[in-house]
Amino acid sequence: MTDVTLPPARVALVGNPNSGKTALFNALTGSRQKVANYAGVTVERKEGQVVTAQGRSLSILDLPGTYSLRARSPDEVVTRDAVLGKLAGEIPPDVVVAVADATNLRLVLRLILELKAVGRPMVLALNMYDIAQRQGLRIDLDGLARELACPIVTTVATRKRGIEELVAKVEALIGEGALGTANAWREPSAGEIRDAHREAQRILKAYVRPPERPDTFTGKMDGVLLHPVAGLAILFALLFVMFQAVFTWATPVMDLIKDGFGWLGVFVAAHLPPGIITSFISDGLISGVGSVLVFLPQILILFFFIILLEDFGYMARAAFLMDKIMGGAGLHGRAFIPLLSSFACAIPGIMATRVIDQKRDRITTILVAPLMTCSARIPVYTLIIGAFIPNRQVWGFLNLPGLVMFGLYAAGIVSALGVSFVIRRLFWRGTAEPFLMELPTYKLPDAANVARNVLLRGQIFLRRAGTIILPLMVVVWVLSSFPGAPPGATDPAINYSIAGLLGHWLQPVFQPIGFNWQMTVALIPGFAAREVAVAALGTVYAVGGADAATSTLGATLAHHWSIATGLSFLAWYVFAPQCASTLAVVKRETNSWLWPTVMLVYMTALAYLAAFVTFQMAAAAGLG
Amino acid sequence: MHDMLPANAATTATAATAAGGRLVRLGEAQPGDGGVIVDVRAGDGGGERGVDAHELHRRLLEFGFVEGARVEVLHEGAIRRDPIAVRLDDMRIALRRRDAEDVWVLLDPE
Repeated sequence: MTDVTLPPARVALVGNPNSGKTALFNALTGSRQKVANYAGVTVERKEGQVVTAQGRSLSILDLPGTYSLRARSPDEVVTRDAVLGKLAGEIPPDVVVAVADATNLRLVLRLILELKAVGRPMVLALNMYDIAQRQGLRIDLDGLARELACPIVTTVATRKRGIEELVAKVEALIGEGALGTANAWREPSAGEIRDAHREAQRILKAYVRPPERPDTFTGKMDGVLLHPVAGLAILFALLFVMFQAVFTWATPVMDLIKDGFGWLGVFVAAHLPPGIITSFISDGLISGVGSVLVFLPQILILFFFIILLEDFGYMARAAFLMDKIMGGAGLHGRAFIPLLSSFACAIPGIMATRVIDQKRDRITTILVAPLMTCSARIPVYTLIIGAFIPNRQVWGFLNLPGLVMFGLYAAGIVSALGVSFVIRRLFWRGTAEPFLMELPTYKLPDAANVARNVLLRGQIFLRRAGTIILPLMVVVWVLSSFPGAPPGATDPAINYSIAGLLGHWLQPVFQPIGFNWQMTVALIPGFAAREVAVAALGTVYAVGGADAATSTLGATLAHHWSIATGLSFLAWYVFAPQCASTLAVVKRETNSWLWPTVMLVYMTALAYLAAFVTFQMAAAAGLG
Repeated sequence: MHDMLPANAATTATAATAAGGRLVRLGEAQPGDGGVIVDVRAGDGGGERGVDAHELHRRLLEFGFVEGARVEVLHEGAIRRDPIAVRLDDMRIALRRRDAEDVWVLLDPE
């Protein structure tokens, strides 16, 4: 051993979608990874560190999955440019690790032939090798390595098998100073793609013996899951279970968080001298943090389902089942996954539209994504439903609040389909992106991987919450605390604050939809993020001293609002574009102010209309 | 497997009839239909498309819809029997019937 540290090196993981590339990345880097964006584009950049046995530090880049370097979507462009060393702000990789699903080599062999043309030193990782062995698939590893002129490692990323060997092979390539050859890659013509397939077929035939016990499970499962009737029924049942779970499983933890922060607020208020600082800590900070953390459980549960279904291989089936239904509304089958992600948060949803290669399909999907009920609406819905909808059973087994929640989700979905139908008719007609998608074999999701990805989503949410929502909570506290009430005032202090003045000033606009000035006040910070409205209502009513500290916000609202107002508020939140981050992401993703403006205008118009109709109808029905 | 590369559908059709099989567009095949791809062409299926015919052609080729590949229709959607799920050699692929128009399949003789 010497003390000389070897210079660090860069490694890029490239492979087809569904090849277990991300699992391999996790196995390689463990928790030493960070997620950011590539400079100038919003493609997620995942990088991690691993140290070789020789002490060299490798930084591993997990590139988006692709079938070809002939990139079409922004994700695939990143992969191509990173491999070619043309990506702005990125140093080209020293070694490329091609990740292949050992049971599905045909398409990846063609990708490997393209990578060979690029000329970077390469290691081939045959992942999911255990499944290949179980199926009795025989691969002549030595022969294949000779043919491809690159070292091969067999790996089982989910069991961390072959990882050390992979690192050793990469180290060996760097150690021996493999430099690679000049790039000879260019976009292949149709004829060249045919030739590459023929070459891949020849290699397959020469070095891979077909499985003795091929996977029959996928075929059997598809017989049910892709069945025209049963398949759709299962899909809708799954979605229903998912939303019931989000609503019921999370409740105990949410109660715990809510009570915890409530207790903390009271504790602080009791032990610090009364005054402006204590008010800030207890009413601004603690209730702000609490209102953000309280729905983390729901986000985690939602992402748990999405990631589980994705890893199982079901999401592609869902896209297949939904393609025609969504196609009728002018959406692409691939829009299903971004729209489903939008149920957690429109931001990852909008970013996930990058898999839709055609601009028009993509913009349509982006415009309707915020209509999907994101988890930021959940606290608003939960609060209002809890305050105005009686908790009882209907038809013996469904609970009414759950049913109303389901109805709100349905309203979001139906309006998204309606809006995309209109966009299709108004802005562009006729054109449609081809729908061509691999249906991966079903795989048992790996618990550790699912857990890691769910936690990652949670972290991203908290980071956003910490950077946007929390400062806004402080602003709300300031707006609703200053200036203080004049001496001898009889009204609650908030009536004299800036927020109070703003609320009163805007009130006439919102009066026809049944909003009082406190709600109008809450809408202003609510434009930063939807869930802020809940905390803002809390601040407005708590600071206003409307009720004793023990009373919950829901009870306060039930006391101050009519049912018609509550329903109108729900209708408003189905449509209102109350999320500055979403608009910012749309600006970034479309690289234009036009689309965020279109989104803001059409959603606000729909929200006002829906709330107006709801309020007037409910008031006419005697609920005003 | 790759020795049969007809120049156009006419000669293919002749060969197909001689072999006792039936030549169909993949876009019109039924679940259970299986055969060998004999021709993948650039946009003779007509119809409106978002991407041009050559782009679709290359995408089909990239996914492995190449002459000589084995293909079998496994499933179809509930509405207007669209899209379809096919087994292509050893993979499964979902695609719309419209996009499968340009893939000609010589069905196995009954």
